[in-house]
Amino acid sequence: MLAEYSGVLITLAIAFLLAGGLLFAHIRLGPRRRFDEKLEPFECGERQIVSPRQRFAVKFYLVAILFVVFDVEALFFYPWGALFTELGWHGYWAMVVFTVPLVVGLLYEWMKGALEW
Amino acid sequence: MPWDVVAKSLFIVVVGVGVFAPVVTWVERKQSAVMQDRIGANRADLFGIRILGLLHPAADVIKLIFKEDVVPHGANRALHLTAPLIAAVAAIVSFAVIPYGGEYTVGGTTFSLVAADVDWGLLFIFAVGALAAYGTVIAGWASNNNWSLLGSLRATAQMISYEVTMGLSVVGVFMVFQTLRLPEMVHAQDATFRLLGFLEVFGWVDPLPAWSDWIRLPRWGVFLQPLAFVMFLAAIMAENKRPPFDVPEGDSEIVAGYHTEYSGMRFGLFFMAEFIEVVVIAGLMVTLFLGGWSVPWLSSERIVAGITPLFGGGFANLFCMLVHVTTWLVKVSALIWLQMALRWTLPRFRYDQVMDLCWKILLPLSIANIFVTGTILLLIEGTR
Repeated sequence: MLAEYSGVLITLAIAFLLAGGLLFAHIRLGPRRRFDEKLEPFECGERQIVSPRQRFAVKFYLVAILFVVFDVEALFFYPWGALFTELGWHGYWAMVVFTVPLVVGLLYEWMKGALEW
Repeated sequence: MPWDVVAKSLFIVVVGVGVFAPVVTWVERKQSAVMQDRIGANRADLFGIRILGLLHPAADVIKLIFKEDVVPHGANRALHLTAPLIAAVAAIVSFAVIPYGGEYTVGGTTFSLVAADVDWGLLFIFAVGALAAYGTVIAGWASNNNWSLLGSLRATAQMISYEVTMGLSVVGVFMVFQTLRLPEMVHAQDATFRLLGFLEVFGWVDPLPAWSDWIRLPRWGVFLQPLAFVMFLAAIMAENKRPPFDVPEGDSEIVAGYHTEYSGMRFGLFFMAEFIEVVVIAGLMVTLFLGGWSVPWLSSERIVAGITPLFGGGFANLFCMLVHVTTWLVKVSALIWLQMALRWTLPRFRYDQVMDLCWKILLPLSIANIFVTGTILLLIEGTR
């Protein structure tokens, strides 16, 4: 049981060692010549005019909500797809019943203009 | 310590990160040069030896390590450091579940060439791909820079949108192969099917003439699910934020997007993650749609059965393994070439076009694909 997971864990360890080692070497080996102008956040040569900790378009929140709905839907599709032929027509119609409201929801979003950028 | 698993993990990481990823950075420069009628990278040399500019990736790594480590004023230092680490680790870990060879028996021991042979192979790749989004979000927010914030917002919206279509577009593939385990999926593709067989299955032409038995295609995902192949390629390339979907770092609009404030190896890890992901995408596409390690029209049983009487079973299995790993490498290289060709052919999409493609074209199409596939599968099942 756990033996299956060991491959993932070992790859994870290798990945951490590799990425962490490169970062560590970079931080240790690079030169250090710092002054105020160099450390200023880039803003096309200006001092920062507005703070980046500001409000942003509500569109992005909307996409996040849509994502939650459809990603949960996609999660239901995975096990269903992997067992599809065993479930037969019964499973097929069950999934149709499950999908229709979501497609109607998508159409509603579309009509309401939630997908316009 | 399970040393065989360590060896398998090391092999795939060395091949993916140590060999393929640097070569991909070279291919990116050289292929673009060929496509644009330039010479391309050829300057880095070691004792006067240049080998077509192949030393450039090594020179890049050395340069990036010895750059100054700059963290801008007002940035969150801890998060600024974590973001590239998350991006790179998430990209490398995906290699764990990609099979690069089948099952072989040498000297009484049976082994399979995949670091982690798990039931949830594909789900793992999706999960790790979702983690990669955190890298970009954190990078954009931690930098204390307006361009970074804009870039990371674009990246988030794009990545989570395409995650949905990426997931839905491959459901058809699960339905055809009836598994989520990647090695099993490849094994199912190590066979052929009659191109005209459906005529007989549905009883339209019964029996089929004998010559139709010779018209066979490999049982690959790309032939069984052609629409899924195209949609999945588009979705996963958008997920990787490479051109033509590179709006999150669109240089002409928002400087460099979420990694504007990154330099040295901190930037290098984002850069590496992107190229490693190109290799992961190629490996995943090969596994799902192009038969993984399998040789077209020549199943592994036939290779082993053909060699065994001459040199014995152990050698036959070893030879078969060598052929399969080579086939896998060739297929992965071909898909890397395809991604590079797309990258240097298409101009960058506008942001609204990127989102429209996802929500208005790929999402409805992938849901339709699932139900069309289901209907056909059940009709075939019904004739049995």
